[in-house]
Amino acid sequence: METRWGLSLATIAGGAVLYLLGAVWVHNQYYQLILTLVPIWAVMGLAWNVFSGYSGLVSFGHAAFFGLGAYTVSLLMVTWGLTPWIGLPVGMLVGMAAGALIGWPTFRLRGHYFALAMLAYPLALLYVFEWLGYQEVVLPMQRDAPARYMQFSDQRSYVVLALALLVSALLVCLRLACSRFGLALTAIKQNELAAEAAGVDTWRWKMQAIMVSGALAAAAGGFYAVVVLVVTPQAVFGMLTSAQALIVTLFGGVATVWGPVIGAVMLIPLAEVLHAELGNKIPGIQGVVFGCAIVLVILLAPEGLGPMLRDKLGRGGRQTGSRAGVERIADHGLAPPSTREASAHVILDIAGLSCAFGGLHAVQAVSLHVRQGEVLGIIGPNGAGKTTLFNLINGFTPPDQGRIVFEGRDVIGLKPHQICRLGVGRTFQVVRAFPRMTVLQNVTVGAFGVEADDQAAFAGGRVVLARVGLAPLADVLASGLTHLELRLMELARALASRPKLLLLDEPLAGLGHQEVEYMLTVIGSLAATGLTIVMIEHTMRAMVRLVDRFVVLDHGSVLAQGTPEAVTRDPKVIEAYLGHRWMHAQH
Amino acid sequence: MAAIQGRLMPPLVVLETVLQALTAGLLMGGIYGLMCVGLGLIFGVMRVINFAQGEFLMLGMYATLYGVTWGGLGPRFGPYVGPVVGAVVGGVLLYVAGIGLHRMLLARVTGMRVAGTEGEGHYPQLVVTLGLSLILSNGGLIVFSSMPQTLRTPLSASAWEVGPLVGQDVSLFLNKARVVACVVSLLVALALYGFITRSHLGKTLRAAADNPEAATYMGIDVASAHRVAFGLGVAVTAVAGGLVATYYPFQPYVGLEFVIIMYAGVVLGGMGSIVGAFWGGLTIGLVQQLSTLVVPTQLQNAAIFVVFLLIVFLRPQGLFGRHVERT
Repeated sequence: METRWGLSLATIAGGAVLYLLGAVWVHNQYYQLILTLVPIWAVMGLAWNVFSGYSGLVSFGHAAFFGLGAYTVSLLMVTWGLTPWIGLPVGMLVGMAAGALIGWPTFRLRGHYFALAMLAYPLALLYVFEWLGYQEVVLPMQRDAPARYMQFSDQRSYVVLALALLVSALLVCLRLACSRFGLALTAIKQNELAAEAAGVDTWRWKMQAIMVSGALAAAAGGFYAVVVLVVTPQAVFGMLTSAQALIVTLFGGVATVWGPVIGAVMLIPLAEVLHAELGNKIPGIQGVVFGCAIVLVILLAPEGLGPMLRDKLGRGGRQTGSRAGVERIADHGLAPPSTREASAHVILDIAGLSCAFGGLHAVQAVSLHVRQGEVLGIIGPNGAGKTTLFNLINGFTPPDQGRIVFEGRDVIGLKPHQICRLGVGRTFQVVRAFPRMTVLQNVTVGAFGVEADDQAAFAGGRVVLARVGLAPLADVLASGLTHLELRLMELARALASRPKLLLLDEPLAGLGHQEVEYMLTVIGSLAATGLTIVMIEHTMRAMVRLVDRFVVLDHGSVLAQGTPEAVTRDPKVIEAYLGHRWMHAQH
Repeated sequence: MAAIQGRLMPPLVVLETVLQALTAGLLMGGIYGLMCVGLGLIFGVMRVINFAQGEFLMLGMYATLYGVTWGGLGPRFGPYVGPVVGAVVGGVLLYVAGIGLHRMLLARVTGMRVAGTEGEGHYPQLVVTLGLSLILSNGGLIVFSSMPQTLRTPLSASAWEVGPLVGQDVSLFLNKARVVACVVSLLVALALYGFITRSHLGKTLRAAADNPEAATYMGIDVASAHRVAFGLGVAVTAVAGGLVATYYPFQPYVGLEFVIIMYAGVVLGGMGSIVGAFWGGLTIGLVQQLSTLVVPTQLQNAAIFVVFLLIVFLRPQGLFGRHVERT
């Protein structure tokens, strides 16, 4: 990570110097303008990428921030004579505030709805600014104090300033991408529910991302106003502005720090030169070429140009050939339940819990308690409400009635990440991994809630990986794991948040016989350390060796509970599992 | 309120203004509804937001224009029927174009091959349709020039008078071109509805939309269902464009003005619901025209977005949609 940071800094410095050296030799004013516009659109792309690229929430509305930045700078200058040196930071604050105001209601939406709702903001602003009479705001000329008002006679000064803006934006983005910010947002993009359950405050991260993004886009917009001197609603709030941010990023490579820069460096000059050279004879040629370019890139290199070049150059290429497997942890034999000390202390107390979906009573008046240090098995036929019970406990689903007290605290109404941070970790029936992140990154996301320092979080991630035997696979992408490895990784992610109570939703489902044995070994080793575990399964067979107590659910209600021996002999349980006829055949 | 308005304007004038805005909204809304049905069909079946839909509308306008003027449809069918035939012919042409574009371009980034990839392949879809939109609008600029065009027929400037409704003064003037356009768009929407709900191919489309994987196992060619849906969606919006062309001046960038209205209408109606898309478009037309009564004309479009955002927040599944997003 340190070397990557150093390498990126060197690349930024080298690139900036080369760009400046090139700019010094350019005397054509129009080419100087192009050299200024490239960094501006690169910053705009970076702004879009910081939010949409990493979080996966596609925004069609970044023109809102760009336009607000542009209008803040120009209106401050026109009405109060304030220099852009002040106007730009103010504009960034406005962009940041706009990000918060827009994000706050809009984060309730997902997928396409979010994307289209974002579209409405800049377009509504466009009409409002037209109506307010700002059809065309011209920045007043200040020839007597050019430096103070950013109105240099030498166009190259703008190139330097634009480049400085880009370098600062790049540093911010690089810093963020290398920190938990980038990792948390990527986790949100790949599986939001899993991230939330692993203790990631998804709402807060998205909010921070859109605020940073808004500020950066406003800076780009503000500086654009300084350079072109005329601001019109159509130019800054129009749909093409939003589209351009998205295009340069997707062209260069989404969710990569360099993607927007590569996209802007290649596309902006292309479009501008075409417009200048052929615009008179063939109007619209730049749009056609632009369109063809991005369509071709997406068809040939769907991840964008940057990642494709990186793969071609061989760096970051996928390793092929054999890879390590699970390093089986030592099997000390399953500790028989009787050796564990089930204390009298109740860690989780559920009373009268009910939840209905429409007319279906998924969970009905369930009361149960979990004692510290015990392993509780929850079994029941399909549709008995087992997973819903977990969803109620960890906050995914609000209950209609009832009480859930964890460690003496009522947790109803808390968000899943809050409940996770109180000490409830969980896994899922169908594994919810972050497929495009490495195993270590997957697990470290779970450690963010308990470790304020990133390095400590990664160290914590390695520790739990070793505990389940996945240490040799730390740097493999999660998409390349086998089913057992995925289940172990999810277990490790839950462990990384240092839970006091672990909820395992069918951890044995889909595993082969030997794999079941290994999973039981791992779970048994966790139980031996005194961790309280609640575990859902269909069948009792494998679990009988592990659990202290069973709770049997059927049609959303508790059918029976008690020791494994008592439960397996309970006629009601046999009937629920095997049916009424079986009961009669027995007699 | 009434008292204040009454002092400024006689009540009958207020009534007439309201009625006029209401009918204008319904007439506009009928055509918006048809446009939205086109976009809604594509979204509903393919789960793709088509950014180029406005450009297909624009192409429908030019197809109608040239069909009527160069293609001789105007003289042959007369001012009433000529433009309508032109719009339908334009629709057929764009159906073919849509099928071709899907085969060459969209099939590579949509459908089963992207199911299960990161973000369900949204980014590539976005870029491809955005790129298509840029190519078509700017290509249109090269081919058709930026000069605004109108398809003027004798109907554009004449109106039917309805009334007097109340007393001697209150009567409605219905622009003939708009009435014809609205009626035709209703008929096309109804025909499409019949096709989707009744015909075998329509049922195939719905199956492919509902669960592409299961549809595949039932022997349905999902890729070809997508192709038909894309072609039909493009064609229907193009027909709406041809109808609008009879009373609305247009240029190659006109798609942008309407694509926003289409998005708003489709989201209003509930994404994925084709009937909902029609009502959504109708609602947008009404909101747009009725808002002129209370807010300045420049804010007419801002009003659309405010209503749009309100509905999205209060009822994210749309007015007619059901909750489709799975957790």
